[in-house]
Amino acid sequence: VKYVALVYNNPGAFEALSQTERDELMREADAYLKEFTESGELLAGGVALADASNGKTVRVRGGVPAITDGPFAEAKEQLAGYYVLDCDSIERATEIVTRDPAARFWAVEVRPIMDMAGTEM
Amino acid sequence: VTPRVGAEVEGLLRRLAPQVLGTLVRRYGHFDLSEDAVQEALVAAAVQWPEQGVPEHPRGWLIAVASRRLADELRRDRARRRREETAAAQVPEDELLVPAPADEQPPAEDDTLTLFFLCAHPALTPASQLALTLRAVGGLTTAEIARAFLVPEATIAQRISRAKQSIKASGIPFDLPPEPERADRLRVVLHGLYVIFNEGYTATSGADLQRADLTAEAIRLTREVRRLLPEDGEVAGLLALMLLTDARRAARSRADGSLVPLAEQDRGLWNQELIEEGLALVTDALSRTTLGPYQLQAAIAAVHDEAARAEDTDWPQILTLYELLTRLTPNPMVTLNRAVAVAMARGPEAGLDLLSTLDDDERVAGHHRLHAVRAHLLELAGDRAGARSSYRTAARLTTSLPERRYLEQRAARLADHFDR
Repeated sequence: VKYVALVYNNPGAFEALSQTERDELMREADAYLKEFTESGELLAGGVALADASNGKTVRVRGGVPAITDGPFAEAKEQLAGYYVLDCDSIERATEIVTRDPAARFWAVEVRPIMDMAGTEM
Repeated sequence: VTPRVGAEVEGLLRRLAPQVLGTLVRRYGHFDLSEDAVQEALVAAAVQWPEQGVPEHPRGWLIAVASRRLADELRRDRARRRREETAAAQVPEDELLVPAPADEQPPAEDDTLTLFFLCAHPALTPASQLALTLRAVGGLTTAEIARAFLVPEATIAQRISRAKQSIKASGIPFDLPPEPERADRLRVVLHGLYVIFNEGYTATSGADLQRADLTAEAIRLTREVRRLLPEDGEVAGLLALMLLTDARRAARSRADGSLVPLAEQDRGLWNQELIEEGLALVTDALSRTTLGPYQLQAAIAAVHDEAARAEDTDWPQILTLYELLTRLTPNPMVTLNRAVAVAMARGPEAGLDLLSTLDDDERVAGHHRLHAVRAHLLELAGDRAGARSSYRTAARLTTSLPERRYLEQRAARLADHFDR
């Protein structure tokens, strides 16, 4: 089963860290990505997102597009990046994610990805 | 190159792959490097043979090319080590590797079974076991495996190299596991093949056809295991289960990928040839080998396949088989299926009673199948509101899009009746 790990943080959270904390976070994140890429559980193609203030939100109502600045959800925490895990259970996925330094500083949401495989019932 | 020639070459290469690998490992050791070398030889053959024709001695050709690649790699390895150690080590004589005519004969000792066991070694993660089995025994390329499992090629390459590192690090000998361990180890091999089969079988039509190749590959490899262990009832049972399940493939989904439940399938689309082969296999195994879970599951599939219409299904017999299966391998998924059989044989209320014993079982309480089965049984019992609610719960819990669509449709159908 594939699970997406959605990394949330406060806008500007990374900048708010001290240089030492930032270096530590980067080093841990690199080690984390390397370890689980090598185990064959973390799939290539994860991304980090630019600060939510750089984004725009699109709505089309009655055929008329309305494009607003900023994120869709007006929350303190914003999506900062994601990556995909391929493993046997959500328990294993969360076990992996506890090692993500972002989980220590902020929060990481783990959600199953729907697939096209199905069993007739 | 015609597609037919391409497919013939591919079939030949996949058959020869484990024998060539076995020969290399026997001769030179180095399972990890030999496996890479064989893979390179297979890729070279897949490019050259369709263009230039299959060589007169295909097995000898592959062994010679793979041996040369291995020798090159070992030489590079030695050079690297020499540079690193800066020691004036004596240059070892390189072995001269030319195709030996004797290599055209299948090896006296078939190492394919040893390879099956090695690839399913408990030191490897389940995902690595599957990838390595498909490559080292199945002769598939990393790219083919990646496409079938819908993951990036780099990920499959990681799983394979990690698996080979584990094999190297733990010093697992290239031999059959010792007799006392063999039954347990065979179970792991068979389970892996069953998982590969299901990966392919549960794929619906259309864009997922690549995945369906896994079904054929799992059946081919299980036939190989059966060739090597003809007396094992569970090997026969697993092969029969695959054939009896795969026989229904054309009827189980529509062109748009939506699922058709067993009771509504067009049985004219079922593959009678596969059904007959599966039936013969399971009947023979049941009559003369130790009973096992794959044989029982195959027998259940056989009873379904033998019914000309859904209403002709011999549910009491299916129930008996599920009761045996419960005794052999008690687990909540078996209980779930048994509840369906109970409902069909003795009425929905009896099935619902059995189902309620699972509500506190955390292994299935949050599983969509529990709620889907309850919905079906409530519908049979005439409780439309209850059925609709259970269908919706099941639809929310599944991670399969075709299942969600199916469950939502069942719920909607009941809503129409309910509101009228």
